[in-house]
Amino acid sequence: MSGFGGFLVRRGIGTVITLLAISVIVYVVFYATPGNVAQITCGPRCSPEQVHQVAQQLRLDDPLYVRYWHFLEGLVAGQDYSTGTSVEHCPAPCLGLSYQTDRQVMDIILTKLPVSLSLVLGAMVLWLVLGVGTGVLSAWRRGRFTERLLTALTLAGWATPVFVIGLVLMIVVCGELQLLPFPQYVKLTDDPEQWAWNLLLPWLSLALIEAAAFARLTRASMLETLAEDHIRTFRAYGVAERAIVGRHALRGALAPVIALNANNVGSAIGGAVLTETLFGLPGIGQELVHAVNVVDLPVVVGMVLVIGFFVVLANAVADVLYAVADRRVVLT
Amino acid sequence: MSEALVATQVPEVSASGTSGALRFWRRLRTQRAALVAASVVALLVLIALAAPLLTALENQDPTTYHPSLVDSARGGVPIGSLGGIGADHWLGVEPQTGRDLFARLVYGARVSLGVALAATVIQVFLGVVIGIASAIGAGWVDQLLSRITDIFVAMPLMIMSLALLAIVPSSFPRPVLVTLVIGFIAWGNIAKIVRAQTLTLKGLDYVSAARLSGWGTWRIARRELLPGLAAPVITYAAILMPVNISVEAALSFLGVGVKPPTPSWGQMLTAADVWYQAAPQYLLLPAGALFVTVLALTVLGDGVRTALDPRAASRLRVGTGSKREAGAAGKDAGTGVRAGEKGAGAGAKEGSA
Repeated sequence: MSGFGGFLVRRGIGTVITLLAISVIVYVVFYATPGNVAQITCGPRCSPEQVHQVAQQLRLDDPLYVRYWHFLEGLVAGQDYSTGTSVEHCPAPCLGLSYQTDRQVMDIILTKLPVSLSLVLGAMVLWLVLGVGTGVLSAWRRGRFTERLLTALTLAGWATPVFVIGLVLMIVVCGELQLLPFPQYVKLTDDPEQWAWNLLLPWLSLALIEAAAFARLTRASMLETLAEDHIRTFRAYGVAERAIVGRHALRGALAPVIALNANNVGSAIGGAVLTETLFGLPGIGQELVHAVNVVDLPVVVGMVLVIGFFVVLANAVADVLYAVADRRVVLT
Repeated sequence: MSEALVATQVPEVSASGTSGALRFWRRLRTQRAALVAASVVALLVLIALAAPLLTALENQDPTTYHPSLVDSARGGVPIGSLGGIGADHWLGVEPQTGRDLFARLVYGARVSLGVALAATVIQVFLGVVIGIASAIGAGWVDQLLSRITDIFVAMPLMIMSLALLAIVPSSFPRPVLVTLVIGFIAWGNIAKIVRAQTLTLKGLDYVSAARLSGWGTWRIARRELLPGLAAPVITYAAILMPVNISVEAALSFLGVGVKPPTPSWGQMLTAADVWYQAAPQYLLLPAGALFVTVLALTVLGDGVRTALDPRAASRLRVGTGSKREAGAAGKDAGTGVRAGEKGAGAGAKEGSA
């Protein structure tokens, strides 16, 4: 077990280093253009003096490494901001204040996070069930009509961009057939039923493309496992094909599925940005697109870092799960 | 002198090069789906290349406004049936602006394919160089490059490009910018694959032999390692192409990618959902174009993978296509095993003929 503990520690340190490196890259890249930011924050009709004043207020004149150090300090210890009349305290994981609204970036993210988590986690359940189910079914029914149909559907799902699926679903289901109202976010704590109904289409449009990826992988992985010797032994002992596929082969085939699921968190969040924008869900993605359009750098940097944090964390968790699921994996 | 050089080199190059490509082509040819996909891709490339020619044939261009062709009283709905389809405008006009849809669609193909291809080239170049350097550098070079690679793998492409595209001044040509952003962010996975493959190749006897006979690192990398890397790199590049198409379309859809007046399929879709009843083709054409392009490239990619996979290759030679081998060939996520199995039968025929 000490080997496993050591592995966890090493992986943890690696994760922290990766996150730090990402924060440096993101910070430097985004704050390398200072004059611009002051001008945009101030508005198009600002005089040069006003722009200069804004730049000073935002500390844009400090050297980049000083500002990054401040940023790190805020992240670890919190920071105080003077907003003219009063001093505002921004507690420990402080990502700074929005240029546009003076709100704390962490606050903005925390209010938007439940929406995005509702979307991504709900869709994840859907894509895992749909994807793994489809993959198992087409591996079991290989060579038959069912498999051909599923393969064609999978390819179609794979080839349709998220926003096209979303657009078509919205137009057909909400516009033409009027089966569902156009989605509006309802809090889970307010009304769980409405929450689910309103998220159904966003879940579907995000899940279909990911489900296709999982179906492809599960099918390939299942076929490989089904060809292994121990499965042949099961067959020889007369174990029912249903039990072989559903129990024994599936277990062996799941390791790559777990790995892909964690690795896909990044692309799923990318898909979530599109889905939120398309359906008007007030999540992190929509806020990011807004912040990008008004060049609200603290919000952009904060969100990229938080999303990066989730992705890196998911990758680390995947490695651990992968090691647990498949004992043959050597821990390094 | 140079003639002599050429004379000594030509047979060697043509012998290995041509027969490899020919073998690849033979294996690809046995997969019907991949062939159809290849034809579709070829057609799309042709359309993209011939965009000025095609629009000249129609006598339209993608950027001219035709206010007389839209009904401003009804909010800018195209005048005429089916969104203004007719002899002048083959696929109708855009609502509100009256720009020619056919012209925008074919010029959009240029943007889509051009950006995706160029981004793929950048990704492959970076991935191969960094992957090889990491594997043959060993020690701290490997540590450093692997860490950097990990960081880039962890960066969510959509999020990073979305954010990056916002801060670059709008005077910078957008298609080039989108290409650079996609290309320089998403090379991590290919670098990892190249590194792993190079490490395997490095341990093989023929590479050791080259090293023992005093070859330089550069020469070994170029002459001994690169050919062995071709198959996985081409396979992965074929997977990257459709992904890059989708990313460009998504960024343009969000309004940060390719900006008007330059047409792009993703950008065309942004405004389309409001108009689906009055001008359904405004939505269906770019959506369909994206779907067909990504589908064709994906199927072609699967075909390329099956044709290059050495395990699939051995199956082709044996021509049995037993379950065990079919399973083994499907190891890498979603190999077209079906296509492979079909190919196995046809390949056996091909071989015996």
